Amino acid sequence: MPPYLTMNPLGFPILSAVIFLPLAGALLILLLRDENRIRITALATGILTLVVSLVLFFSFDPGTPLFQFGERLSWIPAYNIEYVLGVDGISIMLIVLTALIAPLCVLCSWKAIAARVKEFMICILLMETAMIGVFCSLDFILFYIFWEAMLIPMYLLIAVWGGPQKDYASLKFFIYTLFGSVFLLVAIIALYLANGTFSIPAAMFRGYGFHFQFWVFLAFSIAFAIKVPMFPFHTWLPAAHTEAPTAGSVFLASILLKMGTYGFMRFCLPIVPQASFYFAPFMVVLSIIAIIYGGFVCLAQTDMKKLIAYSSVAHMGFVTLGIFTFTLYGFTGAMLQMLNHGVTTGALFLMVGIIYERTHSRQIFDNAGLGKFLPAYVGFFGLFAVSSFAFPGTNSFVGELYVLISAFAKSKPAGFFAVIGAVVAAAYMLRLLKQIVWGREDRRDFKDLDIREFIYLAPLAVFVLWVGLFPRPFIRIMENTLVHLHAQLDKIAH
Amino acid sequence: MTLLPELYMLLFAVSFLFLSLGRKKAAVIAAAKALVLLGFALTLACSGARGELFSGAYRVDFFSQVFKVLLSAGFTLVVFMFEKEDEVENIPEYFMFLGFSTLGLMILVSSVELISIVVSLEISSFSLYAVVPLRRAQTRTQLEAAMKYLFFGAVATGIMLYGMGYLYGMAQSTYLADVAAKLPQFLAQPLGVLALVFTLTAFFFKLSLFPMHFWAPDIYEGASDATTTFIATIPKLAAAALLIRLAMLASSNPGQLAAIIVVLAALSMTLGNLVGLVQKDVKRLLAYSGIAHAGYLMMGLLALDGEGNAAVVYYIAVYLFMNLACFYVVMLLSRGGENLTINGLSGLSRRSPLLALTLAVAAFSLAGIPPTGGFTGKFFLFVSAFEAGYLAIVIIAAVNTVISIFYYLNLVRVSYSREAADPGPLRLAFHEKVLCYLFNAVILFMGLMPYGLLDLFRRAV
Repeated sequence: MPPYLTMNPLGFPILSAVIFLPLAGALLILLLRDENRIRITALATGILTLVVSLVLFFSFDPGTPLFQFGERLSWIPAYNIEYVLGVDGISIMLIVLTALIAPLCVLCSWKAIAARVKEFMICILLMETAMIGVFCSLDFILFYIFWEAMLIPMYLLIAVWGGPQKDYASLKFFIYTLFGSVFLLVAIIALYLANGTFSIPAAMFRGYGFHFQFWVFLAFSIAFAIKVPMFPFHTWLPAAHTEAPTAGSVFLASILLKMGTYGFMRFCLPIVPQASFYFAPFMVVLSIIAIIYGGFVCLAQTDMKKLIAYSSVAHMGFVTLGIFTFTLYGFTGAMLQMLNHGVTTGALFLMVGIIYERTHSRQIFDNAGLGKFLPAYVGFFGLFAVSSFAFPGTNSFVGELYVLISAFAKSKPAGFFAVIGAVVAAAYMLRLLKQIVWGREDRRDFKDLDIREFIYLAPLAVFVLWVGLFPRPFIRIMENTLVHLHAQLDKIAH
Repeated sequence: MTLLPELYMLLFAVSFLFLSLGRKKAAVIAAAKALVLLGFALTLACSGARGELFSGAYRVDFFSQVFKVLLSAGFTLVVFMFEKEDEVENIPEYFMFLGFSTLGLMILVSSVELISIVVSLEISSFSLYAVVPLRRAQTRTQLEAAMKYLFFGAVATGIMLYGMGYLYGMAQSTYLADVAAKLPQFLAQPLGVLALVFTLTAFFFKLSLFPMHFWAPDIYEGASDATTTFIATIPKLAAAALLIRLAMLASSNPGQLAAIIVVLAALSMTLGNLVGLVQKDVKRLLAYSGIAHAGYLMMGLLALDGEGNAAVVYYIAVYLFMNLACFYVVMLLSRGGENLTINGLSGLSRRSPLLALTLAVAAFSLAGIPPTGGFTGKFFLFVSAFEAGYLAIVIIAAVNTVISIFYYLNLVRVSYSREAADPGPLRLAFHEKVLCYLFNAVILFMGLMPYGLLDLFRRAV
């Protein structure tokens, strides 16, 4: 084992298990015909993966910044490419989040997807494999294969089961993200030629020349900024979110957007630190533009999905703001916001999906005034909406507070403008909430939440309150990794 | 042992000359399938053969045997894909010509002397000139295609002979080994570089590299599906082999040759991909995709070392399978023998999920998306070109990948998200399903498990 990787204390290769369980489930589904069995198999696979990922979570040792549960096999020796897996404090939470979201996506598509159930469930499970693979890979090529392979099922989810403008949205999504990724590939090859290996930890903190770092940072950040998406690369997001089926939107919001910020933390900061310092002011400005611009665009939306999509742009702005302040508070806040946004925005998309199944409209006006006759629905909606604009007591408040503290510590104007963005967030979310609860007087007959919907909303609601009231267990998991990263960066800065 | 694959292929071709006297079409096709499979087994068995024949003009080594196995595998698959008895006339003669063409290519990859190269190349080309017009649906296009192919081919050969004349003038010998010994002192002058580039031109033609690409779209459109499948895959294998062999002549001083290759590669991939964007006919689209891929392939040649050459061999091998997969879908969808348009793909995923999947895997592979073989092959090319210091062409190729995804994705999009005009399900026979699964498996295998094959190719070059 290389020095950055600690042995796997469990008796079996748990990371491979988490990655490939969904793939195995997808292969099993290939053999099934009955639609209900397909749904049940997909759900069972998702739950099993979640259980294994929880085992991983609870055996994770938060006391070390090293990569844990290492697995290492030679793969393409001619190019020094290896199959290396490992998790640290940054990736472990995202893996659990992915494993949590996937079965919820299966559940929320139980009735909404009536056509081509088999292909749909296979796509969902393939997505899960690729996404967990991205967070576990410690080899650039392995990472890149998962990173790109993710595009295919996501593309199909939008292009086959999407809304009326699915052609446009899916194509734009694919081409936009691929455009970023090819530069990532070029940067990866450049790092290989500099290091002689595709190992990710081996490429960190090597003190490359500034010129080299400059270009590698640009190549990396095109890929990641498109994925986040940062302003001005965000235009694919509203289209893709609006046209995707509910499960697709949830995956996009909860996990795919995190890939970009994960990329910044995993690659940009440790591999090209000097260039990251150099570009940080630009990134901070872009983040603040995203926060304020995203907020104002939200104020003008009449489509619920579009509103939530643009709010994602604003929320992800907080994450990149936290990352590029280079303080420990900023990193912690960014990590927390990644999780919070994944849960809260994912939940809001689920809420839109639920009401869409009843009213067949995503327009705010068509879904207004539900307060009297859908009490449970509106209760959940209210919780997630207030969480979305970082109301104290909910999860986003903790994350945003961390980010704001670090932003003020670093630069007062940055903090000031970020606070304005937070206020705008309250304005558009409260406006949406007001409409949904009291917006119309007339009585319509819709069923309130059924058991299935209740089941997949409940864990998200618990998370919202838990992190909001007692975030310590979650921070403890990632603390050491972030402290280590911050210390390393500090050494270079001084 | 050393000549067994070639002798067998000769026997194969000649036996169909006699079979053309008979009348039973079905029997001929069955016989062709059986014989070609035997041929593949023989070629595989002879892959360890070594030796030099005809006073050193003909070298049987691991490099040539690897290509013979690839050629034989490709030819076997083409014969197995051949379904439409009514698409071409004169089936026995058709197989005879294809057999002779493959024979010529097999001899070509073993030739290390200029005259043998010319003769074997012409054996292969003349058979193809005869095959292009053999299409049942009599329209003008296949005749036009045949004439174009003949004239462009003749011009390419002429330019090659011109270059070879200079090579002979410099080396006083037609043996490549002698040329390699003498050429370095001329490489600093235009003479040496031009002689080499002219000699390469015939293979640029086979590979449909800019500026020898003009024939490809018309021939792909005009020839029958089976003929196009052959022309689009098998001769390109041999062309890649000879490009490696001839480009290595300049390995001592690659400067100017490399500059020319960079420009041709960049133009070829950009032109192929941009024109590919507006195509309506699937075969024409694949022709432009082939032009672009010829450009990608050139990146591996730039390094002029073993690693780059192995990348070229790997890529052309993947290219064989992903192209065959695409053409197989085209063949099965146009059962009447007419050309398939992109709109003709609509609703494919409902009519036949397996065909749609095969097309999707092949298209993603052509575009170079992991985890398919197209990505892995392209990645090796990128690394070797980058390592040799040609960053610009790597970036151009990367941007081209993004351009090309538009039309490859279009194939997938139409077959998955459009509703069919003809909603009737498409029934595939058992062996058709087997071939589809085979293509998918090979493309994914070459994407995820490249090490065995790559090591093999590295030993070969």
